[in-house]
Order: sequence, then structure tokens, then C-alpha cells
Amino acid sequence: MARSGAFWQRLHRWASPPGFYRLSGHWLPWLAAASLALLALGLVWGLLYAPPDARQGNSYRIIYLHVPASFLALAGYYVMAVAGAIHLIWRVKLADMLMSAAAPLGAALTFLALFSGSLWGKPTWGTYWVWDARITSMLVLLFLYLGVMALRQAYASRETAGRACAVLALVGTVNIPIIYKSVDWWYSLHQPATIRLTAAPSMHPDMFKPLLVMIVAFYLFYAWVLILNTRAEILSRERRAAWVRELAEEDVT
Amino acid sequence: MNPQFDSLAEFAAMGGHGAYVWGVYGVAAVVMAWLVARPLRRRAQLLAALRSRRESR
Repeated sequence: MARSGAFWQRLHRWASPPGFYRLSGHWLPWLAAASLALLALGLVWGLLYAPPDARQGNSYRIIYLHVPASFLALAGYYVMAVAGAIHLIWRVKLADMLMSAAAPLGAALTFLALFSGSLWGKPTWGTYWVWDARITSMLVLLFLYLGVMALRQAYASRETAGRACAVLALVGTVNIPIIYKSVDWWYSLHQPATIRLTAAPSMHPDMFKPLLVMIVAFYLFYAWVLILNTRAEILSRERRAAWVRELAEEDVT
Repeated sequence: MNPQFDSLAEFAAMGGHGAYVWGVYGVAAVVMAWLVARPLRRRAQLLAALRSRRESR
């Protein structure tokens, strides 16, 4: 029992805003270096060295941005919804800060997924936009992110705003399986998933390896920016606390 | 492994699809740089505001 007591104590300290702020400060340089290095590697590999596609030629190289951005747009929604649930159930303040950090990041990545898909659609399908199930459900995802951001501004009380955002985020998770399954359920211009956990990728290894690098790079980039956003949110909400004032003094340089 | 393009001009042209490919990567670079810069700027502004409030006291 003593051991588990120590564990909960440590978790509690970790999940406190100043505890998380200090701890995450040690991760930042590594996350930044790793994500920038992998982004550079994946970009050079995918844009310059990967072979051109037999049918699409070089326009397919948009995949090295489109797929990672789409992955993180969806994964980011889980992060936001789970943080919202934790805030609703256990009233963890840090979870609410994470949720408000995840919304603009998710919105930006969803925009990139839609934008890159649109520019890829023109040379491939002959159109920038179609009201297709996959594309429409991704647009709904963008509006869910924007809705959570707007809802936070709509309340004077931070506590009420946090709870309302969490409820909206949780209700919006209905959309996630629809996005995943949209290419199977409806006849769609969008191709079925390239990467499945249960089968080999439908892509040549020379094209697939740089894609994997870009996906890992995007996960790291996501973690990096999520932590940066959360830290800024912590400072903003705790600016009257003594530890933040001390930090401002230290940070004179 | 060799580069798939013989010249910089070919690389830029992307087989005639340069505008689409570079449009995607250009906008992505701007958006991602903005994502990183935004919280850093917010943090710096917050700390600067706290310092100036203290000095004026």
C-alpha cells in the first residue's frame, strides 16, 4: 500500500499544473529536435528519392503530407475527447488545459488534411472538392474543433466553459468511426485506407518507408506543439500564482 | 538510392504538377511554423506582462 500511495502522490504532483510545466520543460528540446529531424528526413526522402507513381506520376507525393496530417487530425480528436472526459469525471485541471491546447492544433491539422486533399484531388480526380462521405465527415471534424474553440470563448466562467467543451467533444466522437468507415460504407471517390493494421500496406516499400517516417514525425510534432500550447495555457491560468511570478523573474534574459 | 529528378527545374516542375505539390508543402510549412510560434509568443508575452507589472509597482 505504501508503494501505491507513493505512486498516486507522484501522479498527483505530475498532473498538477506546475509539476507538468517543470517536467515537460525537459522533454521539449528532445521533441523539437526529433520531430524536425524526422520531418526533414521524410520530406527529402518522399519528395526527392521515392519513385514516382505509375499512374499519378509525381502528384502522389502529396501523400507524404496528406496522410500524416489526416492521421493526427483524427488522433488529436481522441486526445481532446479523452482529456474532456477526464476533466468531467475527475475534475483534473490539467486535463481541461490539455483540451484547450488540443483544439486549435487539431483544427489546423484537419485544415491541412482537407487542403492537401483538395490540391491532390484536382490533378487526380479532376476536381478540388466533392461532397463525398470521407471529405464531408472530415469537414464536420473541422467544425467540431472550431466549435469547441468557439464554445470556450462563449462562457464567462472557465469551469462551465470547460465542461461544455468536454460534452461537445464527447458527443462529436460519433463522427470518428464515420470518418474511418466512410470509404467502406459509401461508394466514394476517396480511395480505401492505404495502411491497415490487419494487412500489408497497398503500397510499394520504397514509397511506404518515407510515409512511415513522416507519420512518426507528425506524431512527434503533435506532441511538441500540444505541450507548448498546454504550457502557455498553464502560465495564463496560473499567472497570479507565486511560482509563475518567480518564473517571470528568472526568465529575464 | 538515387534522386528521381535530373535537375532542379525538373524537381520544381514535379512532372507538371509542381503547383499542386509545392502549394501543399508551402501552405503546410506556413501553418506548422505558425503552430510552433503561437504558443512561444504567448508565453513570452505573458512573462513580459508579469515582469512589467512588478516593475511599475
